Amino acid sequence: MGDEPLVRWHWIGTHLGYLRDLLLDHAVISLLPVLFGLLMALPLGLLCVRFPRLYQPLAAVFNVIYALPALAVFVVLIPYTGLATQATVMTPLTCYALAVLLPTTVDGLRSVPEPVRQAATALGYGPWRRLAAVELPTAVPYLVAGLRVAAVSSISLASVGALVGRGGLGYLFMDGFQRTFPTPIVAGIVLVTALALVTDAVLLLARRLLAPWARRESVVGR
Amino acid sequence: MGAAGIGGGTVNLYSWLSQFFGDPDRRHGPDSIVHRVGEHLLFSGEALGWALLLAVPLGLLLGYTGKAAGLVTALSGAARALPTLGLVTLAVLLAGVGDTAVLVPLVALAAPVLLVAACEGVRSTDPDLRDAARGIGLTHRQVLWQVCIPWALPALLAGLRTAAVQVIATATVASYVGLGGLGSYVVGGLATRDFAQTIGGALLVVLLAVATQLLFALLIRYALPAGLRRARD
Repeated sequence: MGDEPLVRWHWIGTHLGYLRDLLLDHAVISLLPVLFGLLMALPLGLLCVRFPRLYQPLAAVFNVIYALPALAVFVVLIPYTGLATQATVMTPLTCYALAVLLPTTVDGLRSVPEPVRQAATALGYGPWRRLAAVELPTAVPYLVAGLRVAAVSSISLASVGALVGRGGLGYLFMDGFQRTFPTPIVAGIVLVTALALVTDAVLLLARRLLAPWARRESVVGR
Repeated sequence: MGAAGIGGGTVNLYSWLSQFFGDPDRRHGPDSIVHRVGEHLLFSGEALGWALLLAVPLGLLLGYTGKAAGLVTALSGAARALPTLGLVTLAVLLAGVGDTAVLVPLVALAAPVLLVAACEGVRSTDPDLRDAARGIGLTHRQVLWQVCIPWALPALLAGLRTAAVQVIATATVASYVGLGGLGSYVVGGLATRDFAQTIGGALLVVLLAVATQLLFALLIRYALPAGLRRARD
């Protein structure tokens, strides 16, 4: 590598707009899947709580899915969703998020104490209103714990998508490597980590607002 | 060939796979499946070994003393955010293509997982059990070895499983910088537009990861001491 410094500030200064575009793309392809995962985990989790026999096999399937290597899954999907498309990267990331969020949703919904549930019913709450006003709020600390794990790993994994042509900030790693130029790589690592930490902080803040009683981290999932 | 040229679904997938597995290069020589799996397992194992050596003793100690546990969790959360592809490419630029360049990022991936597993595993020991062990006259060293570590074994193995699967999956990325292993099929195939090779390699990585999952599932089932297995049922 010779005398090339680790960071050339000049390059960063002249590429700010470029870095911002990659950061935005990265946020979209890594965080939208987490949102989709949550939207699927809620109804699936409700079903699993309602029909407990469903949960074991579903959890086993998602455990295996979670173990699949991201790069391999991206590649296997290319014939179906196309090279360098958002779908190729976002489909597996959605599955990973769902794999993390399903168990935490089920744990959260099961954490509602039976007397609380009965008290709500006795006050005249129907099943839907009880769900919205009692069960989901009680599950918030669990949901946030799951979302934190899902979001951080999704942000870190999305950069691998660069190898199949759609990886947001991950593109900086390939670019820097091919040109033997460390500055973009360092910038990429810093921005990916920063995005993950900011997302984590936002989720913590959301929990504090939505579930102020859960100060202590006693329910952190996996 | 763009995205439009490679549609067609299952027919193509089947012909790609038979092309990949039918190639005589897959059976002999440096590009054979056996050789690539060997390389892959070798550097995955090496990375896991280093991570175990570095993280587990520290985790056990921190878990037993109960000190800095919050710090451990926070640090490992931050470590999870580090993008491995970035670490691998940076390590190669700094250290050159070689063992260090793969090992550092893979160890950085596995060590936090093991650290948390060891720390939390020991920390979650039933306090009554610990008190009883101290009460009948065991030294701290004996309590750690004879009570806390057996108790933490399932958590440790679960951590080891997560770490192993992540390392095996991520070692694929390491091939991007020319370090062999199963990723060579995936990355090489992508570079030359040889999708048969890419998809075949991807399938092999998936199989290896699932096999590792199953192996550890069996280990975890049989590793828990019989007394604890009864106590927890």
